[in-house]
Amino acid sequence: MNTSTQISNARLKGRLLKDKLFTYMLIFLAFLSSVPLFLILFELIKKGYKQINISFFYKVAPDTMEAMVAVTNNEVIPGGIANGIVGTLIIVGMASLIAIPLGIICGMYLAENSKGNFAGVVRFIVDMLQGVPSIVLGVIGYIWIVKPITGGFSGLAGSVALSIMMLPSIVRSTEETLKMIPDTLKEAALSLGVPYHKTMLRVVLPSGISGILSGVILGISRIAGETAPLMLTALGSAAISTDITEPSSAIPLLIWEFYNDPNLVDMIWSASLFLLFLILCLNLTAKAIAKRWKVQY
Amino acid sequence: MNSEKIFRYLLIGSGVLIVLIALGIVTTLFIGAIPSFKEFGFGFIYSADWNPTQGRESYGALPFIIGTLVTSILALLLTFPFAFSISLFLGEYFRNGKLPSFLRSVVDLLAGIPSVVYGLWGFYALRPVIIDLGLNAQGFGIFTSSIILAIMIIPYASSLGSEVISMVPGSLKEAAYSLGATRFEVVKTVIIPNAGSGIFAGYILALGRAIGETMAVTMLIGNSNKIPTGIFDLGNTMASLIANQFGEADGLKYTSLVEIGLLLFVITGIVNYLGKLIMKKLSA
Repeated sequence: MNTSTQISNARLKGRLLKDKLFTYMLIFLAFLSSVPLFLILFELIKKGYKQINISFFYKVAPDTMEAMVAVTNNEVIPGGIANGIVGTLIIVGMASLIAIPLGIICGMYLAENSKGNFAGVVRFIVDMLQGVPSIVLGVIGYIWIVKPITGGFSGLAGSVALSIMMLPSIVRSTEETLKMIPDTLKEAALSLGVPYHKTMLRVVLPSGISGILSGVILGISRIAGETAPLMLTALGSAAISTDITEPSSAIPLLIWEFYNDPNLVDMIWSASLFLLFLILCLNLTAKAIAKRWKVQY
Repeated sequence: MNSEKIFRYLLIGSGVLIVLIALGIVTTLFIGAIPSFKEFGFGFIYSADWNPTQGRESYGALPFIIGTLVTSILALLLTFPFAFSISLFLGEYFRNGKLPSFLRSVVDLLAGIPSVVYGLWGFYALRPVIIDLGLNAQGFGIFTSSIILAIMIIPYASSLGSEVISMVPGSLKEAAYSLGATRFEVVKTVIIPNAGSGIFAGYILALGRAIGETMAVTMLIGNSNKIPTGIFDLGNTMASLIANQFGEADGLKYTSLVEIGLLLFVITGIVNYLGKLIMKKLSA
């Protein structure tokens, strides 16, 4: 064996070693990223399960005194997060009522006019809206609704802020889904003499329903956990409030309140566990819908 | 008017409405910021004063602009090795099967955890570690927030990357393999040059995310209104300042906070625009 083959053998070994090291490092780092998720889940379940019982869902959050007495007596803190659950349902529900129709119609418009000038502008604006920080939307909700319309913090202002947040994801998912539906479907309906709007609403939209629906659910799951915009708009409330012009609580707001009150610390974990459970369920539902009824032609 | 026409107007009207919403946001922030802009002018951007004392009121955004940029850039640096590994793992090394679909779900779920829960976890699980390591006596600060931010932006930083990596033409890779390249060499000489701009665009969009994050940072950064002197120092970001002080603010302080909101809007707008621009060049 001459020296040149020895050298090239050594070099080959070096290259192969480098390749192996890189692969192992890659796998290690990729899976290390999943550690925080399990640590968070573990922590929430470990510290949160004790508080979750039936009264957790129908009683309002306790005040500091009640909680302090319970903690000193070594009892489970009384009360629940009913005011947060009702508030979240109302605020997120109203935000959805504003954002879903507008988002779907706008998504249809963009899918139908993929090359128009104005459509390009709208697409650009939707992209920009997607990047607006949630706290800025809180400021907007405050200036638009809290000051002039309801004259004080209100659930309505929170809904408006959150609806702007969920709008872009609905527009984009509708557009992407409708673009995947072949033109022949539309042409078939039109050639049978079905008017354009009926073709769009009765033929094209239903065939893309799975993609649109999963986009909508993802949009809802994204805003359900938002805290910052609600701090500037809905503010929070100790009682169950169904009046949308009054301050309202929401689960993320309650977590923030519990965090700031040392007596209520135990409640943080159960409220967070419940919120996370809610969001994970929404995420999984969206995924299941997208997978089960995938648009296929 | 027949329903056909109504439908067409409805479609265009939705686009007009969205443009109006965006214009409304910009004008609202602009009008709201006018009083403090009249008072401080451009000095607002480079002044480090944040003094709410009646009669000697003076507000400047510099500490918060610095705090925002330092935390988010540090978060991006910290997230890079992990996000890059995930991109390569899902885009090249293991595309199908149970393991990558597990990793994909984990990344999706990480994106779903609310900011306030990340903040809690940072406060109760990460802060004690920082104190034990002796990095900061209270465990708060820029470094602590950056670590949490880094975990939060992993999904955004990795998703676009794995997409563009999986789109690198197979023939290019096969050509490199047939010349005797190892997988690492293919990654280095074929995949990174080909997918690089897409991966980079993903990081820019993740940076935009980090700049706007509010709750987790508010709970962990320590809320100091001075210019931070190092990465273990306490600080404040534009978003967390608004979250902390907007509630009880009025007068000049209120308009100053709106102006900071406007600055935040402009900075995230520029960062996101750059990201989209790079993506567009890629697809062209």
